[in-house]
Amino acid sequence: MFIVQQLSRSHLLPINLEVNAGECLSIRGPSGAGKSLLLRAIADLDPSEGSVSLDDTSRDAMQAYEWRRLVTYVPAESGWWANTVGAHFEESDIAAGYLMQFGFPDDTMSWPVDRLSTGERQRLGLLRAIVQGPRVLLLDEPTSALDPEATAKIEGVLHEKLDAGVSVIMVTHDAAQAKRLAHRQFVINDGALVEETP
Amino acid sequence: MSYESLNYWDIALAASLLCINAGLSIYYKLGTAKRLVVAAIRMVVQLTLVGLVLKALFAAISPWLTLLAAVMMVGFAGREAMARQDRTFIGFWGYGLGTVSMLMAAGIVTVFALSTQFHADPWYDPRYAIPVLGMILGNTMTGVSLALDRLLSEADSGRAKIEARLALGHTFRDAMQGPLRSAMRAGLIPTVNAMAAAGLVSLPGMMTGQILAGVDPVEAVKYQLLIMFLIAGGTALGVFCSVMMALKRLTDSRQRLRLDRLDLPH
Repeated sequence: MFIVQQLSRSHLLPINLEVNAGECLSIRGPSGAGKSLLLRAIADLDPSEGSVSLDDTSRDAMQAYEWRRLVTYVPAESGWWANTVGAHFEESDIAAGYLMQFGFPDDTMSWPVDRLSTGERQRLGLLRAIVQGPRVLLLDEPTSALDPEATAKIEGVLHEKLDAGVSVIMVTHDAAQAKRLAHRQFVINDGALVEETP
Repeated sequence: MSYESLNYWDIALAASLLCINAGLSIYYKLGTAKRLVVAAIRMVVQLTLVGLVLKALFAAISPWLTLLAAVMMVGFAGREAMARQDRTFIGFWGYGLGTVSMLMAAGIVTVFALSTQFHADPWYDPRYAIPVLGMILGNTMTGVSLALDRLLSEADSGRAKIEARLALGHTFRDAMQGPLRSAMRAGLIPTVNAMAAAGLVSLPGMMTGQILAGVDPVEAVKYQLLIMFLIAGGTALGVFCSVMMALKRLTDSRQRLRLDRLDLPH
């Protein structure tokens, strides 16, 4: 069980959330409403007040980097710090197992990063997070740069992860996608998070 | 020792060379004529005052006055180092970071030199202490300001890369590897270049001064070597201290990237 209690930061009202293992929440809302700020605050990338815990362990009880391995934020535009794709993976063998599922050929790990398209970066950014085996995925518009075919592949992977007990909190503008993936849907407006009743 | 004292006409004659600068500025409308005049006047006034201050200081040989002069020099160096950066920390650390690291680095190396190689008596004799500190400080300042400028601007422009690593559970130290290394390199390279080019491309200023003052060139070279090594050590210490302190200030107990502690670009 992933629990967010009274989490607040600038531009964000106190937020409470409970997410079960294998559950997916979607969040929509106008730009500037605080969607990314909320995900960043949960991942502890920005200072915030309140408490966040995973299976009764508070994030303050562990090192920040341990927390971020368990609760991993994937931004819409991923950052790349080395020259080749493979250099961004600690264990490229595990990553290689996922390549096909994400729609990549076997030699992808040797590709230079600056030749990647926006969509490829987005898919590899998600793959990079998933191979580390996080318990909670915080996805910021995970398929915003993808065509329907690639989107379907990514949703397939996400379904598989949900079945394996990973929790997902996902910002998406795609109502159909929210319907396909999310168990509960939320809307954020002026920093306040509200559950939408179906 | 033979030594030619200059009279004021000699200097005025040399100053007339500035007419070339002024002529260029006016002909090509560079807009630097006024700044040139102000800078030249500032230089004359500042150096004349410094000459008088040093004369009084050398006559007094007081540890406290020497210390006061040293602290003021470090203070000015701190301000200059901060002015040379595009991005600085908000509040005290904007000024304090460079100043504290220069104080430490230049202080340690100067005291080391005075107490071992220079055999000055007393060791704080301002005739040795002030010029040595000045040379070490000047170069340390260049190194520190280049390193800090590089570190902070790369932290800022490389935010996506750094936070991508943080989000994946890398430590802040690992995530900052790239900016850290290029900052250190930026700070240390000028010393390496100066050492490599010394004697071939340029005759170092201190050595030239000693030779003009009638010192045997071989002796002047020995002094210059000593100073270059002190400068190298001081710069390395200063760059290391300032980069480490800046890294600490760029993050917090939760290993976040705290760009909110930086001032907006000037």
